[in-house]
Amino acid sequence: MNVQTAPEKLTAKDYATDQEVRWCPGCGDYAILKSVQRTLADLQADPEQTVFVSGIGCAARFPYYMETYGFHTIHGRSPAIATGVKLANPELDVWVVGGDGDMLSIGGNHTMHVLRRNVDLQILLFNNEIYGLTKGQYSPTSHIGTRSPSTPFGSVDRPVSAAQFAIGAGGRFVARSVDILQKHLPVVLKRAYENKGASFVEIFQNCLVYNDAVFSHFTEKSVQADMQIHVEHGEPLIFGTESNKGLRMKNDVLELEIVTIGEDGVTEGDILLHDETNRPLAMLLASMQPPAFPVALGVLYCDPAPTYDGAVHDQVNAIKDEKGEGDFDKLLRQGHTWEV
Amino acid sequence: MSEVTAIERPEEKRDEVESAVVRFAGDSGDGMQLTGTQFTLTAALAGNDLATFPDFPAEIRAPAGTTFGVSAFQINFGARRIMTSGDDLDVLVVMNPAALITNLSDVKPGGIVIADTGSFTDRNLAKAGYDGNPLDDDSLDKYRVVKIDMSRLTVEAVKDYGLSNKDALRSKNMWALGLVYWMYGRRRKASTDWLNAKFEKRPEIAGANIAALNAGHAFGETAEMPAEIGGYNIPAAEIAPGLYRTVTGTDAIALGLLAGTRLANLGLTFCSYPITPASALLHQLAAMKEFGVVTFQAEDEIAAVGAAIGASYAGSLGVTSSSGPGIALKMEAIGLAIATELPLIIVNSQRAGPSTGMPTKTEQSDLYQAVFGRNADAPLPVISVSSSTDGFEVAIEAVRLATKFMTPVMLLTDGYLANASEPWLIPDMADYAPFEVKFRTDPKDFQPFTRDDDTLARPWVKPGTPQLAHRIGGIERADGSGHISYDADNHQKMTDLRAAKINGIADDIPEQEIDQGEAGASLVVVGWGSTYGPISRAVNNMRNEGFNVAHIHLRYIWPLPRNLGDLLKGFGQVLVPEMNKGQLVTLLRAQYLVAAEGFNKVNGKPFLINELETAIRGRLEN
Repeated sequence: MNVQTAPEKLTAKDYATDQEVRWCPGCGDYAILKSVQRTLADLQADPEQTVFVSGIGCAARFPYYMETYGFHTIHGRSPAIATGVKLANPELDVWVVGGDGDMLSIGGNHTMHVLRRNVDLQILLFNNEIYGLTKGQYSPTSHIGTRSPSTPFGSVDRPVSAAQFAIGAGGRFVARSVDILQKHLPVVLKRAYENKGASFVEIFQNCLVYNDAVFSHFTEKSVQADMQIHVEHGEPLIFGTESNKGLRMKNDVLELEIVTIGEDGVTEGDILLHDETNRPLAMLLASMQPPAFPVALGVLYCDPAPTYDGAVHDQVNAIKDEKGEGDFDKLLRQGHTWEV
Repeated sequence: MSEVTAIERPEEKRDEVESAVVRFAGDSGDGMQLTGTQFTLTAALAGNDLATFPDFPAEIRAPAGTTFGVSAFQINFGARRIMTSGDDLDVLVVMNPAALITNLSDVKPGGIVIADTGSFTDRNLAKAGYDGNPLDDDSLDKYRVVKIDMSRLTVEAVKDYGLSNKDALRSKNMWALGLVYWMYGRRRKASTDWLNAKFEKRPEIAGANIAALNAGHAFGETAEMPAEIGGYNIPAAEIAPGLYRTVTGTDAIALGLLAGTRLANLGLTFCSYPITPASALLHQLAAMKEFGVVTFQAEDEIAAVGAAIGASYAGSLGVTSSSGPGIALKMEAIGLAIATELPLIIVNSQRAGPSTGMPTKTEQSDLYQAVFGRNADAPLPVISVSSSTDGFEVAIEAVRLATKFMTPVMLLTDGYLANASEPWLIPDMADYAPFEVKFRTDPKDFQPFTRDDDTLARPWVKPGTPQLAHRIGGIERADGSGHISYDADNHQKMTDLRAAKINGIADDIPEQEIDQGEAGASLVVVGWGSTYGPISRAVNNMRNEGFNVAHIHLRYIWPLPRNLGDLLKGFGQVLVPEMNKGQLVTLLRAQYLVAAEGFNKVNGKPFLINELETAIRGRLEN
């Protein structure tokens, strides 16, 4: 246990515990941990008002490495437990950390409800498309044909898209980044932190041991520019090594298409501007997949709405205002009474 | 068998009786629960002691006239202490043939059956499974049957209110209530006040119901009743003085949870998922927002217990509630609360099972689940409610134990107690000593898994407390620091500590007392939960007959009171009646190596007093 001595300005190190980090060497989780610690330092977040809640899985070890309050719970249930934390104390700044198995398989139900309720949490889903802690079985985000100990001839079921699921469940903030994008990820995390409500961040994370390079088709340095599009609100949706490719709505169907600026009379003015409050657009961006499309990263959707925890307490307070602070003796004597 | 006549009745003459059992039975849509509730209120106002037993179908709107759509409400009220809702019926009011066929066997020979002839149509008789009309043959000869066309009389009574025939018939229950009020010399005022208040915005409905109530009463009063069915008088019972109200077990637990958290100076975060018969607790607490109660209807049972654990972690008292199948879903999370040593209350309103079983029928078959039903060595205290009013005390005790020992507490009640009501001497909160929770705030030498020397409880720290940031989790924690530990000796030590902490609660709770009879009696009846009423009455009756029998009733199921083993060994025989196949009896035999014998039934209904008397007699007369 590290005692926080409230230094003038906290650095990333001040958010790290003295516990030995026990992820496999080279795991993408290290990069994410570093990013989160850096982000909290940039924000000068109060470690004592911060709680990390996790479920089960490699990612779920996260709280042990954060010098904040932390609760490592049970498989899939961290969104429910975090909801309880916020119901008891809405002032706390609560982060939920889990993997694709934790949050989309065993805990998919809770993920859906925490998003639709818009509980004020930062939810970080480390998606590595595999079960790491149980030694390599395919996961609900694994692509068809994934060979694993439980699918030696290749998986045959279709995967779920985390970001599409989050938008579909009614999430009001849905963003994406990649473990190794150490400039991009902290920006996304900061946006998540600043948003009041359920802020869902899917982080593509490489599992070196069981699913190495599963995202390399869009994360390798050589293909990044062409296979990633970093979206920013109000900015044109442009990507490519020469920054000359862009997204445009097709004229007659609700679909995006890739066009090249300077070809066929296309100018920058023809490129769609990203509007993070546009839910259908967010869904289209979330559904883009290589090789036909680049992977959309950044804040795909942000359209804040009242939070659940806020609404619950507002209602309690409104009733207290209306009826006055409860009188327990009166409550005991409620209804028909008689004297013997 | 009597015919309704219109002979002038002489001056009203009432027979005094000590107690009576009345059941109103009809279709789900006939308003029987409401009728029973009104009768209960009026009996209480007349100073009777009482106990009620609502029995309604699982189907919300079962097809009219069917046997599975029958809803009934039974009340036992009297001038003496009433312990149960009654074995046999003195009066059965039936609103249709299905209600007759499903309830008749509970009427005592010579008992009164009041039937609405207007609903004994060929169609309804066929739906109930009758070949002919039982009111017209000799099949009811051993009862006193009063045949009244309540349907017609109700429609006549309310004709001034301009209601459709269908709406007019809705007041039929009030007509029946009026008649039974007359039979027992009851005042109508409480019910007319209630009707006026309930239908304040629809005065024609209030008026029609009151007209029906008055018409039923007048029917008795004006001597239209058969001569041999006179009025009865049940004097007030000798009851401790004070201010009373009626409470169901659910009411009492809801109030007790709130009282407990107030005594502990904690917020109450109640997280639940709807399930019969536990949902009413959620409804009650959801309406108590002016007390700062936060309620959360979660997406499932697991989320409900998870959120409750999260709330406790954050410094409020998390409470979750369900019935057996839902409790099964919560067990993994309860294990987390045991491992991380957080306070939590789990209320189980037990019902007949396994699986869906019979959701609206009572049972006490989750004792094994409560005490043993988790993976690994995962002890927690289990306490039980023995009567509707007892729920208040037991809920307060659950809060006290959970917070003092930093542990989940399982509170067992059941479907019978959840709905059954009895009069309650309203407590004075000044009589309750506060047990304010002291959160750890001192950073000096703080470690999350150090322990109180006395209770072995670990400190409770609210996140947000300066300089106390720490991590807890389900992976085995190192003694003291709470860091992840796979050390073999540490696991042994922590497992031993968790067990010792729970076992130590035996030193904190009262020693077991004998409810009735003497230590060392020839036979002791040991019960727990809602069997309190029938066991108590049966043992009382047997003692009056001269049998050397005693009654012990357990509130604390785990850990058991420390003197219980010695106490039990002093009796000649130990008989353990349970509404299960023998769960407490197994626990007692395992703990104390006593030759306790089970007496078990699982028909979805509480024990009858005479069933227990027969069981006791059979063991003492041989």
